[in-house]
Amino acid sequence: MADLHHIRITVNGTPYEATVESRRLLTDFLRHDLGLVGTHLGCEHGVCGACTVIMNGRTVRSCLLFAVQADGAEIMTVEGLARDSRFHPLQEAFWEKQGLQCGFCTPGMLMRAYEFLQENPNPTEDEVREAIAGNLCRCTGYQFIIEAIQAAAARMAGSAGVR
Amino acid sequence: MVTVSGRLLGAPVKRVEDPRFVTGAARYVADIRLPGMLYVAFLRSPHASARIRRLDPSPARALPGVVAVLTGEDIAGLGDMPVNRVVEGMRVPPHPLLARDRVRAVGEPVAAVVAESAAVARDALDLIEVESEPGPAVVDPEEALKPEAPPVHPEFGTNVAYTFGREGGDVEGAFARADRVVRLRIAHSRIAAVAMEPRGALAVPDPATGELTVWISTQSVYNVRNALSAVLGEPDHRIRVIAPDVGGGFGSKGCAYREEVLTAYLARRLGRPVRVAAARNEDLLSTMQAREEVDYVEAAVSRDGRVLGLKVESIYNLGAFLQLSTPMPPLRTPVYCVGAYDIRNVRTRVTAVFTNTVPTGPYRGAGRPEAAFVAERLMDEVARELGLDPAEVRRRNFIRPDQFPYRTATGVVYDSGDYGRALDRALELVDYAGLRAEQARARARGELMGIGLATYIELSAQGWESGAVRVEPSGRVTVLTGSVPHGQGHETAWAQVVADQLGIPLENIRVRWGDTGAVPVGIGTFGSRSGALAGSALVVAAGKVKEKAIRIAAHLLEASPDDLVYEEGRVFVRGAPGRAVTLEQIARAAYSRAPAPGIEPGLEATAYFQAPHEGYSFGAYVAVVWVDPETGVVRLEKLVAVDDCGRVINPMLVEGQIHGGLAQGIGQALLERVAYDENGQLLTGSLVDYAVPRADDLPAFLVDRTETPGPGNPLGVKGVGEAGTIGAPPAIVNAVVDALAPLGVRHIDMPLFPERVLAAIRAARQRANA
Ligand code: FES
Ligand code: FES
Repeated sequence: MADLHHIRITVNGTPYEATVESRRLLTDFLRHDLGLVGTHLGCEHGVCGACTVIMNGRTVRSCLLFAVQADGAEIMTVEGLARDSRFHPLQEAFWEKQGLQCGFCTPGMLMRAYEFLQENPNPTEDEVREAIAGNLCRCTGYQFIIEAIQAAAARMAGSAGVR
Repeated sequence: MVTVSGRLLGAPVKRVEDPRFVTGAARYVADIRLPGMLYVAFLRSPHASARIRRLDPSPARALPGVVAVLTGEDIAGLGDMPVNRVVEGMRVPPHPLLARDRVRAVGEPVAAVVAESAAVARDALDLIEVESEPGPAVVDPEEALKPEAPPVHPEFGTNVAYTFGREGGDVEGAFARADRVVRLRIAHSRIAAVAMEPRGALAVPDPATGELTVWISTQSVYNVRNALSAVLGEPDHRIRVIAPDVGGGFGSKGCAYREEVLTAYLARRLGRPVRVAAARNEDLLSTMQAREEVDYVEAAVSRDGRVLGLKVESIYNLGAFLQLSTPMPPLRTPVYCVGAYDIRNVRTRVTAVFTNTVPTGPYRGAGRPEAAFVAERLMDEVARELGLDPAEVRRRNFIRPDQFPYRTATGVVYDSGDYGRALDRALELVDYAGLRAEQARARARGELMGIGLATYIELSAQGWESGAVRVEPSGRVTVLTGSVPHGQGHETAWAQVVADQLGIPLENIRVRWGDTGAVPVGIGTFGSRSGALAGSALVVAAGKVKEKAIRIAAHLLEASPDDLVYEEGRVFVRGAPGRAVTLEQIARAAYSRAPAPGIEPGLEATAYFQAPHEGYSFGAYVAVVWVDPETGVVRLEKLVAVDDCGRVINPMLVEGQIHGGLAQGIGQALLERVAYDENGQLLTGSLVDYAVPRADDLPAFLVDRTETPGPGNPLGVKGVGEAGTIGAPPAIVNAVVDALAPLGVRHIDMPLFPERVLAAIRAARQRANA
């Protein structure tokens, strides 16, 4: 398999250089080559959203991208959400409101919520519902996830200077 | 954090396990990687029924990176997968790790490739040469009963695996004195659990100890160990099964699967770690599916709406072969079709049949939803037939609180309940009278609004579970449980139970689970059992620890044990609270070089809690729907759930369980269906085709509780894990039928896809015009 590519990717602020096969999925690159296993694979066909990461400021489904397509990109994964070992308000709120059960969908859900609250810092319940409709959760029925995202929005609005 | 004894129990404590999940630090089986690890991939049958004429793995073996290719021939010496033979004389077809000679369902594995990478393993599958001769397949369970149906297992001469039924009272007498007979045919569609984490395992042989360790996404480490031991012929004490974080299961991960057992075998044989990871499409092809039952219901009814007698004839689709607990769900309708109602004369029977489909098995509810659906559709039909209000018909038929313990005509004993109270609460929450008035106005405008009720019972707390409490030398506590949480929050719930018993802070407790090398032999988490059984085992174990702590304290305080009291993490002399020792001091003494004379060193206890009887949770649900007459689209406006699961350990966890069940119940009612074509090809092989509910498919839930303590265990708790999946489907279908009743629609089978609803509307209109 000689079709190898040299890529540079910044993940959670850390620059990486690597040599990857063409068919290496971005998910597998993050999980296996970088050891960032918080990004999950729930379907490998772009439906469930468990593999959601943020690439150059927008969410992408890492199972639908090859690592080589992320050459030069800035990526953020769930592991990059807490800073200086302090939880992001979304993480606090998911914990507080029990926005998770088995936790498998949670990293993707957090990434989508992170992006969404930047677009809409003060969403209604229905807006949250729609915003996370592309991320499947089989455990929670979504209600506490929605409450968590709204609670995080309130917290972020209340404390200026929070990311 | 509340740590006062008696107050931690019942408090909405935040989950102690959550920090790892919200930071990406949780470890699921696919996250564990070992040097030298191999990957296995399976060649699966594209046919639902075929004879394998030739299977040549040699080209695959030649691919660089391939370590081994196995066919059924290569492992003919291994045993079959185990089955719970819950019905005497049931027919059990072969279930080898790889199909031999014949395949009986799409997706059956016929060969396994082991390679240095997952990609190479998958590539090699294409090189295996197979010649097979497809034969006729049967998919529908009623078709399978016809004499001309293709036999799924020709050796049996029938597609019937077993029949099972119950009879109580004077059924014919009841029908003879009935004012009306109400009839229904109900077809429950097949659905799938679809835990977001697909199945997977990693098997690791240890040449030093001879032990085999299997990391696996499971709800029962001991069920997995039993299967490995039985199939591989290895003694159980040399097999260690570990469940890391598990990404949901809902019943579908309650047993080991052949792929996982074969992976363990390969690790043993090759002497290297071997991983199996089902992709989603494989998971949909090979994980147990559920619910496919057809019921013919006949009820003898009096003029005032009492159900005098009930006959239910059911057919259940088992699929092509039997997973461990495939035979269990069909047993529920024949017993629990009476629901929450005092029906004295009942005759039931289920015929469980083989078809050329993926096996069914327990999925959240595991037969309870089918049974409740029968009872609840029946109550609504009785109401419609007699022009009575469905709430009133239910009240007239309820088992009354003073009748408990209540023996059903189908032979089981309900422990406790107050069904009327739950229903009243639900009706009050929705303002039932106001809703009916709104419905009348909507109807006057020509709009289709429906209100649906359901009152259900939930069988819980069957069998036993284990737990251990170890006070460490520091006075901190390690809790071991036989339960295997996969989202339920047991690390929090069990810490609450033990903190409450021992009167110590929550943060002094660590809960360990899911490791046969560490926890006592147990059963696992499914069937709404853990709260009542695992929780109670810990109450009993903590009680033993306290009792021993008092004996040690008696020595330290030079007092008689009879004069000592254990409270708030310390032991003191009754009447002289200043003369006290703390749990820390007692622990230090228990492990010191000179423990109390006559007392065995150490401070830990194990308990196996078997409930004297099952616990029956219950609840009442109300659904409000609007149906678009032009498109058939159902809009679920409101779903109110009042559940009674006895005492509550942590209301936040309970609410989470109810929400999750409601979502799955709504999914079954409106969105989800596993479909096959007539040749047995799976049409719903991806999440594009199989509709797991999305956030915007669901309404906001309104949930509330009544609390009737369960008499069967020291905590007074009953199960709640399955509640939503049992109550929601009939409430929703009853609502839709109620909406369409003015048109003359009497029943629609789930899922209520728009085209089905529209077809029912059109058929009713045609009947009206004719
Ligand atoms: S794994 Fe990428 S969307 Fe499901
Ligand atoms: S928490 Fe289990 S899938 Fe969302």
